[in-house]
Amino acid sequence: MPAAVVSVRDVGRSFDVSAPLVQRLVTRAPRRSVRAVDGVSFEIEEGTTFAIVGESGCGKSTLTRLVAGLDTPSEGEVTLLGRLGRGPRLQMVFQDPVGSLNPRWRIGRSIAEPMPERLSGAARQARVAELLQTVGLAADDAAKFPHEFSGGQRQRIAIARALAAEADLLLLDEPTSALDVSVQAQVLNLLKDLQDRLGLTYLFISHNLAVVRFMADRLAIMYLGRIVEEGPAGRLFDAPAHPYTRKLLETVPDVDNPRRARETEGFEVPSPLDLPGGCTFHPRCPLAGDRCRNERPVLRDRPNGTRVACHAVTD
Amino acid sequence: MLSLVLRRLGSVLLVMLVVAGMSFLIFNYLGDPVNNILGVNATLDERDALRRTLGLDQPTWVQFWRFLERAVVGDFGISYRNRLPVLELILSRLPATLELVFCATVLALGLGIPIGVYCALRPRGAVSRVLQIVALVGISIPQFLIGMLLILILSVELRWLSAFGRGEVVQIGWWSTGLLTESGRQALIMPVITLAVFQISMIMRLVQGEMQEVMRADFIKFARARGLSDRSVHLRHALRNSLLPVVTVVGMQIGSLIAFAIVCEAVFQWPGLGLLILQAIEYADFPVMAAYLAFVGFGFAMINLTVDMIYLFIDPRMRRA
Amino acid sequence: MTRPVSLLRRGLDSDLVWQFRQAPAAVLAAAVLLVMVVCAVAAPLIAPHTPFDPGSLNLMDSRLPPAWVEGGNPSYLLGTDEQGRDVLSTIFYGMRISLAVGVAAVLLSVTIGVTLGLVAGWFGGWIDALIMRMGDVQLSFPTIMIAFFIDGVAKAVMPPDLHQATRFYVVILAIGVADWVQFARTVRAATLIEKNKDYAAAARLSGVSSLRILFTHVLPNTMGPVIILATLGLGVAILTEAILSFLGLGMPPTQPSLGALIRVGNDLLLSGEWWISMFPGLALVLLVLSVNIFGDWLRHALNPRLK
Ligand SMILES: Nc1ncnc2c1ncn2[C@@H]1O[C@H](COP(=O)(O)OP(=O)(O)O)[C@@H](O)[C@H]1O
Ligand code: SF4
Ligand SMILES: [Mg+2]
Repeated sequence: MPAAVVSVRDVGRSFDVSAPLVQRLVTRAPRRSVRAVDGVSFEIEEGTTFAIVGESGCGKSTLTRLVAGLDTPSEGEVTLLGRLGRGPRLQMVFQDPVGSLNPRWRIGRSIAEPMPERLSGAARQARVAELLQTVGLAADDAAKFPHEFSGGQRQRIAIARALAAEADLLLLDEPTSALDVSVQAQVLNLLKDLQDRLGLTYLFISHNLAVVRFMADRLAIMYLGRIVEEGPAGRLFDAPAHPYTRKLLETVPDVDNPRRARETEGFEVPSPLDLPGGCTFHPRCPLAGDRCRNERPVLRDRPNGTRVACHAVTD
Repeated sequence: MLSLVLRRLGSVLLVMLVVAGMSFLIFNYLGDPVNNILGVNATLDERDALRRTLGLDQPTWVQFWRFLERAVVGDFGISYRNRLPVLELILSRLPATLELVFCATVLALGLGIPIGVYCALRPRGAVSRVLQIVALVGISIPQFLIGMLLILILSVELRWLSAFGRGEVVQIGWWSTGLLTESGRQALIMPVITLAVFQISMIMRLVQGEMQEVMRADFIKFARARGLSDRSVHLRHALRNSLLPVVTVVGMQIGSLIAFAIVCEAVFQWPGLGLLILQAIEYADFPVMAAYLAFVGFGFAMINLTVDMIYLFIDPRMRRA
Repeated sequence: MTRPVSLLRRGLDSDLVWQFRQAPAAVLAAAVLLVMVVCAVAAPLIAPHTPFDPGSLNLMDSRLPPAWVEGGNPSYLLGTDEQGRDVLSTIFYGMRISLAVGVAAVLLSVTIGVTLGLVAGWFGGWIDALIMRMGDVQLSFPTIMIAFFIDGVAKAVMPPDLHQATRFYVVILAIGVADWVQFARTVRAATLIEKNKDYAAAARLSGVSSLRILFTHVLPNTMGPVIILATLGLGVAILTEAILSFLGLGMPPTQPSLGALIRVGNDLLLSGEWWISMFPGLALVLLVLSVNIFGDWLRHALNPRLK
């Protein structure tokens, strides 16, 4: 049985978005907070890809930052379990290829940044060259500046930097959503290839189900800060149980024809500032009943090995 | 809106508190408070009595509170140098400085705004170019040099104006004014020009910059498209919108006028607050220094508050906030 | 060895240099500035006389008008002051002090402002609030007023000989402390942006320490606006020093800056000896004007949107 590398237990994160104190006192406005992540639990097994899908604003990036340790959860805990008594080294690859590299640094310096201090200059250079080749760039690209590269190339550089840290866990926050479709495929292939060769573990964030279908071993569907369905990717794609998952799958772009426009919805996603009671999905759900409006469904195991949070799923 | 006003009041209060704290430090710790209040020539008995009533053995905050109580009613003790109550000294010097600053402000606004508008409308004209260069020199030349040049030309060479003092003044209550006599008005000419040159240049550059910015903005193009005449576009839309930042800066500039008045008063031996503080520094006259700081700080705080309120009043966007 | 060279080359054919060549006023200002700086730095070598060596002074030569005026002496091009010091030479030495005080004061402001701005932006919370409130309070006073007060209190408190000995540093301190806020505000704003950049997060994940991130990622990216502000601030600092010295608070007549020279000359203005104050005044205006023109140009060239 493969070991879990990441264990996330009942993690929640709220942001205080209240007006300044003086203004609140004057207008008698209450404190307000955004519940960006709410009671999320999952585990990621070594060498696998765990994907999280959800609409923009549902809390995916916040969750990733919590896992990365860049932010601390308001409740619950994130545990990183590594071999040999040390935690896994983790690195992130970000959505925005422009902001993820310091524009004033030659990319060789960026890639070498996470390398251990004790490494000599020559060893660093050699390693940088090797890594650049690993991600499909030329060794002498190290002397160039980020603006000399395309978006896809910059994501490759970011991946090289993550590898330089000898990371075994990569948090990929929509790494390809800013790229053209053809470039997207190349970067995804690179990621898959690296995983096979180096045994990397991925937390893969996306709002694009076609991409996820290609990458994921396990899959979690997030809606307004909560996981509504989770399980082995194949089973979720074959037999989606939650009404939200089904809705998403209906609108998945064709893998063969990814440019087909997604069906646009006439519904506005509720603001996380003002969540609906009961099941947060009920205003949009075709199956919603009275119970859904009053009682929050909890995530529970199903016989087929998936988990779902919905009153209408009865097995 | 209300919260904005409260916030501004809060920051004014903070400024006042800091100023009062500094003033207290100067009064109590740099100077000797007993000397400050009785002057240097008091008898030993008087001193002891006062030391007790002042509670110099009391904790600092109690002393600070007493200092505040006295400061609020204007009691800053006795000047070491003049042996007069500090408040009396300050009030006797205040009119001279205020008249100077007031006239300089009027002159600066009266010239700076029209010139700025003109340069914004014809930025490439020969006249504007010259004016712009003059303004650049205007912000690079120290005031005392302008004053000295004026003295050199108008007093030394041409012998038209007297180089020093306020001329004849008329006393109206405690206020003394030089505006009502011929010699008083003449005496104002050079100091006012000296003080205003920097402000004129500053305001002109600012009005020009803001107005050009605003005229590039979309709504001016819309106004043009609606068929409004050039003149009405310029004056109604562009000028009004560009005046907002000007109000702020003019407010700040009046503040710095008070500061620069010190220099101006030194050049022309103008008997205002500036000369008073310079003499106070020379003689380590701490009560006067403390009082001057408190007065000027209060003045700045009030100017800032007024500017903020004017801003609120003419900018509808701010009112909604 | 290759790096400095390639950096230099990159610098030389950058946009900035191209823009500079297109701006005649900026080129002229920079040239004037360069000449003045050279005169100041090399004053002991190129000044025609040694004005602060009492042995070389001759009271017979005092109050001589400029060489081209009747009664002038060709060896004293711009005339002499009441102690017989050569005005041209005192200007060279005076510029030296004016520039030194100005540059040191700006460096002090930059150091204070950048440090506080980084701290405020990076740590946020109450320390940020404290620093920025301090800045707000200070900004409600004109710079010159604050410098005036620091200098004034220092003069009133210190015994005269101690004050005399430390004047140079006191002036720098007064001006430097008076003008840190603009740097702190700019750096804080840039820090807030930089610290949330993904590359800062990546560095943090790689175990790079906060301090190191601050110095390697954040600080260099805030330097552009700081350089602009510092250039413009230099003009203000030189002027402020001149004002303080003119008021008798800055540099003493024995170690005169341009402002102190003008103060000395001011007393002789009414008796018609205009050259003693007006030539140092002209030098001061030229110096400040060229700094301002160059700073103005730099601001537009580097960042047209900067206020
Ligand atoms: N620092 C923050 N302060 C306040 N609200 C935040 C903050 N970070 C995220 N949020 C809010 O949390 C919600 C989830 O954001 P995010 O995790 O970025 O979503 P996603 O990555 O899925 O698009 C959004 O409503 C966002 O506005
Ligand atoms: S719980 Fe109810 S509202 Fe929520 S998804 Fe299930 S059926 Fe729809
Ligand atoms: Mg996101």
